[in-house]
Amino acid sequence: MMPDLGKYGLEVNSSYVLSLLALAVIIGLYAKRSRAVKRDLAAMEAVHDA
Amino acid sequence: MNNRSIAPTFWDRFWRLANPKVFMGWSGRALPWVAAAAGLFLCSGLIWGYFFTPDDIRQGSTVKIIYLHVPAALMAINGYLLMFVGALVWLIRRQHVSVLAAKAAAPVGMVMTLIALATGAIWGQPMWGTYWVWDPRLTSFLILFLFYVGYIALWAAIEDEDTAADLTSVLAIVGAVFAMLSRYAVFFWNQGLHQGTTVTMADGAQQDNISNVFFQPLLLSMMGFGLLFLTLLLIGTRTEVRSRRLKVLQARERME
Repeated sequence: MMPDLGKYGLEVNSSYVLSLLALAVIIGLYAKRSRAVKRDLAAMEAVHDA
Repeated sequence: MNNRSIAPTFWDRFWRLANPKVFMGWSGRALPWVAAAAGLFLCSGLIWGYFFTPDDIRQGSTVKIIYLHVPAALMAINGYLLMFVGALVWLIRRQHVSVLAAKAAAPVGMVMTLIALATGAIWGQPMWGTYWVWDPRLTSFLILFLFYVGYIALWAAIEDEDTAADLTSVLAIVGAVFAMLSRYAVFFWNQGLHQGTTVTMADGAQQDNISNVFFQPLLLSMMGFGLLFLTLLLIGTRTEVRSRRLKVLQARERME
């Protein structure tokens, strides 16, 4: 199933690995911070509403 | 007073979308759809490009790097232009959501610039015989990356939110010049190794056009990167709106 990349296999594969890794990191960071801020705000609003 | 004078205009409705409460409503409904579309377009573009496209006669299999390099470069430039618009709206209209959107766009734009620089360097080695050359487009892209870093650092360095918004907006406007230079560097300085724009050559009318075999998955990948940028922009802006509300409540609690 893997395509034959010839003598440029390292260049092509490293480009894909690095890029997908960078995208995964930024998606993970955004999701993590979003959850944390949402949780903290909900807790703070609960205190204020009480 | 007649009905016409009190009816909201298009612009009234448009600016209402940037009201934080209204923004949280429509962006929350749109987010799952935008995220799903981003995943679909990105996966199909990259899988098609990597597995099912042939090698190029001149570039061999390195042509497959185009599905990462071009969309990332496109979003790096457009991301900064979006920050420019957000900064301008903040300075003129003092709309908080616009500057928070600019703040949320910066880390994503920085990562896109990094991907464009890294994949460009990896592609450059077998094609040009070097990872880096002080070519106008490469250099202006490096400066664009530094503007992204500076913008993020300035937000982090200033405690007062409105002061930070003002100063970062000025920086975003200055940096937009380099975003435009990155886009048109090849035309401004007729020198260097980097070629002209790839996508506008895709209509089959010129000699050096990109073939449809490569262009169709590239188009999907560009749409995927664009939608991913939009997804992260919405998530980031919603987080910034919530964070601002949290700070207001914390300040109120300290005063009580």
